[in-house]
Amino acid sequence: MSDLKQDTINYTVRLGDDALILGHRISEWVSNGPFLEEDIALGNVSLDFIGRARMFYTYAADLSGEGKTEDHFAYMRNEREFQNYLINELPRGDFAYTIARQLFVDTYNHYFLTALTKSSDENLAAIAAKAVKETKYHLRRSTDWTLRLGDGTEESHKRMQAGIDDVWGYTKELFEHDELEQRLIDAGIAVDATRFKDQWLADIAAVIKEATLEMPDGEWAVRGGREGYHTENLGHILTELQYLHRCYPNSEW
Amino acid sequence: MTAKDQTTDISALEGKFQQRIDAEQKIEPKDWMPEKYRKTLIRQISQHAHSEVIGMQPEGNWITRAPSLRRKAVLLAKVQDEAGHGLYLYSAAETLGVSRAELIEALQNGTAKYSSIFNYPTQTWGDIGAIGWLVDGAAICNQVSLQRTSYGPYSRGMIRICKEESFHQRQGYQIMMELAKGSPEQKAMAQDSLNRFYWPALMMFGPHDAESAHSSQNMEWKIKRETNDDLRQKFVDQTVPQIEYLGLEHPDKDLKWNEERGHYDFGELNWEEFIAVINGNGHCNRQRIQHHIRAHEEGAWVRDAQNAFEQKRKARKAQSAA
Repeated sequence: MSDLKQDTINYTVRLGDDALILGHRISEWVSNGPFLEEDIALGNVSLDFIGRARMFYTYAADLSGEGKTEDHFAYMRNEREFQNYLINELPRGDFAYTIARQLFVDTYNHYFLTALTKSSDENLAAIAAKAVKETKYHLRRSTDWTLRLGDGTEESHKRMQAGIDDVWGYTKELFEHDELEQRLIDAGIAVDATRFKDQWLADIAAVIKEATLEMPDGEWAVRGGREGYHTENLGHILTELQYLHRCYPNSEW
Repeated sequence: MTAKDQTTDISALEGKFQQRIDAEQKIEPKDWMPEKYRKTLIRQISQHAHSEVIGMQPEGNWITRAPSLRRKAVLLAKVQDEAGHGLYLYSAAETLGVSRAELIEALQNGTAKYSSIFNYPTQTWGDIGAIGWLVDGAAICNQVSLQRTSYGPYSRGMIRICKEESFHQRQGYQIMMELAKGSPEQKAMAQDSLNRFYWPALMMFGPHDAESAHSSQNMEWKIKRETNDDLRQKFVDQTVPQIEYLGLEHPDKDLKWNEERGHYDFGELNWEEFIAVINGNGHCNRQRIQHHIRAHEEGAWVRDAQNAFEQKRKARKAQSAA
């Protein structure tokens, strides 16, 4: 297998990991939302991310050609092998915390996926073309909720500010890449997120301002997702997510 | 108008109302209806709505643990549909002059009921199959018949819901098929879930007709179109070949084809258990309501914020228009 192909598999699995772990977290909202319409909307968003994970993993499985399936990547790898960004594995938190994470991630995905539609890898471009439409809806939702909560009541304002402050440090690594990703950027396959960092920041600042909130302290940053250096949360997610699949090895469901 | 005139007036209205029902005309929200008809419908539709909403919990219990990504996605979509059904039904109930907030309050303080089947725990993945297949299957029997119910908004809601429910039943049956043709452990899981959910599913049709408190008036008003026992028989009959096809053992040892009736005779249900579970002795009665109350209370500040924001937005709009 060529190095570039192996790199593409790893990169695709990373994108699958991001989508699966965030989809898992959002799915925890089902039957826990603030009202029934939100249960439905959050279920929808979760389903989009799970669907995205399936497309990335299936493509990675096809590329690796070792008889692997999407489920191999989701269910048969350990904490150190998952390479999702840490922001995706943070706990569900309260509704404001969830919205803060979504605002950051959806704004990021809007730029990221738009760029990925131009990837020289046609399959990644096709997945991005589908996902970017969903992200448009996600972003409208997370923007609207940030405004409502920021400019709602005193309590919601306080909670929204806390959400933004607590998630902020996990956004830094979204704009960094390792050598593997640099090789793929050079080949026109991967997205160079540094190119849209300023736009991302400007968009976030505008929403935060309109929501009457304060920009968070810019200094702190937690990193490690792409190296498999995770928070303690991921192990618990995988324990739950993988338990049944691993209990009955080689079974069909 | 004297009291006597009023009585004549009401009985004339009632007569006309019954004529419309007999002529299979749908009753619409603005039409005159007897107070008891309205109350019965609110009770029945809201109970149905609450069942959809509480039902999200036992099935939601397995979303994060589904054994494959495909199953996870299908289950998520299904639970989301249930929430959607809850919404249509709350809206249908609201056309009768009651608010969703009042209905939720009644659920939480125990004056309104939901289907007792959701007080049973979903212990294993097989239970997700059994719920889709048997519980949704029993619900469909009832709902197909309710598509012809006399109240327009309820009937139309049922038509829409039935389309989605048949997809749900298929997803449940597919889970059972995979388990039944899988490893011995998987097959045992399927059998165990069938054994635990079969009888409670039969009880979903309610007590025997002779003991059903609401049956006869509701049949006359065509709120109900078929009796509890008729619907239950239909479900028993349709489930026999499905169990055979799976290659599982039928949980009812008294089950026997009756040539004369053209139906299966089946064993007596354990009504003591049924009543015990309704009366709070199920594994999950308290948990289900407490979960609902917790989520509702945790969401209060979000709903407040939404209202406050909406007020501010309106005020700003009014100001800029002035």
